[in-house]
Amino acid sequence: MRRIINYAPSPGAKVILAILPFVLLVGVYFLGSSARLAIDPADKLMPGFSSFYASMMRLGTTIDIATKQYLLWWDTWLSLQRLFLGLGISALIGLVLGILVGFVPYLRATFEPFFAAFSLIPPLAVLPILFILFGLGEQSKIVLIVFGIAPFITRDVMLRVASLPTEQIVKAQTLGASTWQMITGVILPQVMPRLLDSVRLSLGAAWLFVIAAEAITAEGGLGYRIFLVRRYLAMDVILPYVAWITLLAFLMDYALRKIAAVAYPWDRIKAA
Amino acid sequence: MTQIIFDDVWKEYGEHIVLERINLTLDDHEFLAVIGPSGAGKTTFLRMLLSQEAPTRGRILIDGEPIAPEPTADRGVVFQRYSVFPHRTVLGNVMMGPQWAASPLLGRLFGARRRAVEERAMALLTRVGLAEHAEKYPAQLSGGMQQRLALAQALIMKPKVLLLDEPFGALDPGTRKQMHELVSELWEENAMTIVMVTHDLPEAFLLGTRVIAVERPRKDPQAPERFGATIVSDYETKCRIVRDSRRFEADRAQARLALVPDSLLSAGGTSAAALVKD
Repeated sequence: MRRIINYAPSPGAKVILAILPFVLLVGVYFLGSSARLAIDPADKLMPGFSSFYASMMRLGTTIDIATKQYLLWWDTWLSLQRLFLGLGISALIGLVLGILVGFVPYLRATFEPFFAAFSLIPPLAVLPILFILFGLGEQSKIVLIVFGIAPFITRDVMLRVASLPTEQIVKAQTLGASTWQMITGVILPQVMPRLLDSVRLSLGAAWLFVIAAEAITAEGGLGYRIFLVRRYLAMDVILPYVAWITLLAFLMDYALRKIAAVAYPWDRIKAA
Repeated sequence: MTQIIFDDVWKEYGEHIVLERINLTLDDHEFLAVIGPSGAGKTTFLRMLLSQEAPTRGRILIDGEPIAPEPTADRGVVFQRYSVFPHRTVLGNVMMGPQWAASPLLGRLFGARRRAVEERAMALLTRVGLAEHAEKYPAQLSGGMQQRLALAQALIMKPKVLLLDEPFGALDPGTRKQMHELVSELWEENAMTIVMVTHDLPEAFLLGTRVIAVERPRKDPQAPERFGATIVSDYETKCRIVRDSRRFEADRAQARLALVPDSLLSAGGTSAAALVKD
């Protein structure tokens, strides 16, 4: 008997093991759902896969009378738009502030404690302020995402800048680099992979803020739809929507990882 | 011509005195090796030369001018580690200095000017034996190769002084030996001043033309931090007059070789060499 940590699965077994929990989850749901449907065919809590399919076909392929839109795609478009705008602005703010504050000692002394305190403000607690200031439209939703994520990204970039070896910065100066040249030629390229990672880690939080904002007020959006149909206990819409959001988030995470690998090959070599 | 003068330099951190009464005059084209026990202030000495730290008292002069208050392009440096940029290829690393100098905003050159810099960089890489690795990233190189890259990167700026902070400390003995040869050849070719900090005595005496030992000459058991280290011994290991005369002889041999007609040289290299020897 070896110790349990010394048994490693073969590559083929790894794939099967990775799929297993998903299959289990679906299987357990299916069993539960069939059992409930056998007692009450109109059960709303655990509808069968056929009703998921029917609902999604209805939302994805027929035009809604009230909004004149294909609801599934319209909701997806609205939510993604908010998410991308929010994440993009957060990443930009985080990058610029993080590099400047992380690299220039005077800025660092001034703003580091401020950012540390600022990032602890719970974004959802200031949501009413945002609604008052920016109205109930798109603006307040995007500001909420930025408010929630930009401080995290800023601090992460700052830490990365601070962790670059002093030797590199001194070396750059002995090669005649100005502050601007060091930022663009030494700091920025080395921070970019970390920024992408940081955005990946923020994806979950970004979705949280999108859905929270949509739940309170919106004309459409994945979160809005979920909270709307909740009134009718429409699990046949809610569950597929949750799965769809999860899939979108996973795809974004995957895409960001691939972009980082292609754009910054040296970062992977270093890690290896 | 580069002359470095330390004029009664002290370095203190609050109550703690690291270096005291450093007086040193270093002439052009010297290879100064600084030795001493760990924590004696060797690296502090080098950092002051690099303007990474400022002396508490006294002053440092380069060519009679006070040293710049921040690191500048007239002093190149190779550290023990982290002196190359991981995000640029080998060639890209060497080209960084000239590109920064020529293009303040973008830090990049294009077209003919880029090719010119590329040519210079490749020549240097060939010199340090990295030409075939030009497209690799530093992380793909061995420790010795990374240090050679760091040397090439510093040398392309033609610094007046090259500062080496235990540059071979992390290398295995075989690689270290190769690096010794390379560095002393480069020192001879570029006719520059080198200041090297090392804890390896044989290395110091092998490479240095002048070796100084930095140590605390006095110790106060009650307050050990109140006495700093200073230069306790100063050896001239390779006399300047011997070096000068050897160089002169080499130049003369070269000149005489140039006088020999080409026909004689092509007839047989050995006979021509024998001719020059006489």
